[in-house]
Amino acid sequence: MSWDNRLAGEAEDPVLEQALKNFKASVDAWSEAAMSRPRTVKVVRHSWRLAAGWAMGCVLAVGSLTGALYERQMRQEQARIAAAKAAAHKAAQQRLAAMEQVSGESDQDLLATVDSDISQAVPAAMEPLAQLMDEKPAGDNGAQ
Amino acid sequence: MRRNGTSTKTMAAGTAIKPITADAAQEITAQEFARVVEVHRPQIFRFLLASLRDVDLAETLTQECFLKAHRNWGHFRGDSSPMTWLMRIAINLQKDHWRNRRMQFWRQTRSNAVDLDEASEWLPSGERSAEQKMLAREQVAQVWKVVENLSERQRTVFLLRYVEERELSEIALATGLSEGTVKAHLSRALGRVRAELRGTR
Repeated sequence: MSWDNRLAGEAEDPVLEQALKNFKASVDAWSEAAMSRPRTVKVVRHSWRLAAGWAMGCVLAVGSLTGALYERQMRQEQARIAAAKAAAHKAAQQRLAAMEQVSGESDQDLLATVDSDISQAVPAAMEPLAQLMDEKPAGDNGAQ
Repeated sequence: MRRNGTSTKTMAAGTAIKPITADAAQEITAQEFARVVEVHRPQIFRFLLASLRDVDLAETLTQECFLKAHRNWGHFRGDSSPMTWLMRIAINLQKDHWRNRRMQFWRQTRSNAVDLDEASEWLPSGERSAEQKMLAREQVAQVWKVVENLSERQRTVFLLRYVEERELSEIALATGLSEGTVKAHLSRALGRVRAELRGTR
């Protein structure tokens, strides 16, 4: 090695120096052999197929994901509608029951009012005759 | 290899040489660049091969390096040697490569990087005994093991120093680091190699 400014330790260790020399010689030999080897031309084929495969895969993945999300959203929407319907039905039933209870009470009151308004005390069956008997003048009896 | 922007030179005696045509200037430039490629291509390839341990990738990046250099050859001002300039381009390409790989982790990238054992198999065919070869192979494997675990910057500095045998000032220019930082990186890397070698002694 013929460096102008050697690093401290480069020349102190003969084993290290020998190892570095061997390393350089090895790389030189490999490099020369690689440069003088016969060249092979690699033709990259079907690269468009790879690209198409990737594109198709991406489309499928995105489609599946979108479909799954849509399905999930639809189910959530259906569940929400069903819950709203059930709640409305229950509320309607409760309202109807309350109305029925209120209307039952009012019917009875109405009947009682009607009874009290139109009903009269019925006179005793023989009372008119009894009155007539009381009103018979005394002269009529003597003339007979 | 400083190239003049003007196409006319005045000689010392005062006689002006004929101005060269644009085509001739281009021809000279092309010849200069061809010469640079011829001289420096093996070194750039070797550096990239040692950095990446991937023959195909090293070839590709070497081609890209010279393509980039060719495009910018007109802007090369000669502040540094062509080798340092080319090495700087190669280092940047290598950085871009690693950055792209990190960013595109989802992409199917095929790596042809060889493992350490295979890289250590390469030894110059010299007059060596079987024992010496085995020892050398073991040392090479140990150095590779350390190199693999170095940070990207340390690895670059280490390879420029001990494979490309560049001066500290050249390494500093090529990496854009100060000489002090280069020394610090080298010192740490050497310490790790020494520790690895001691571990098996």
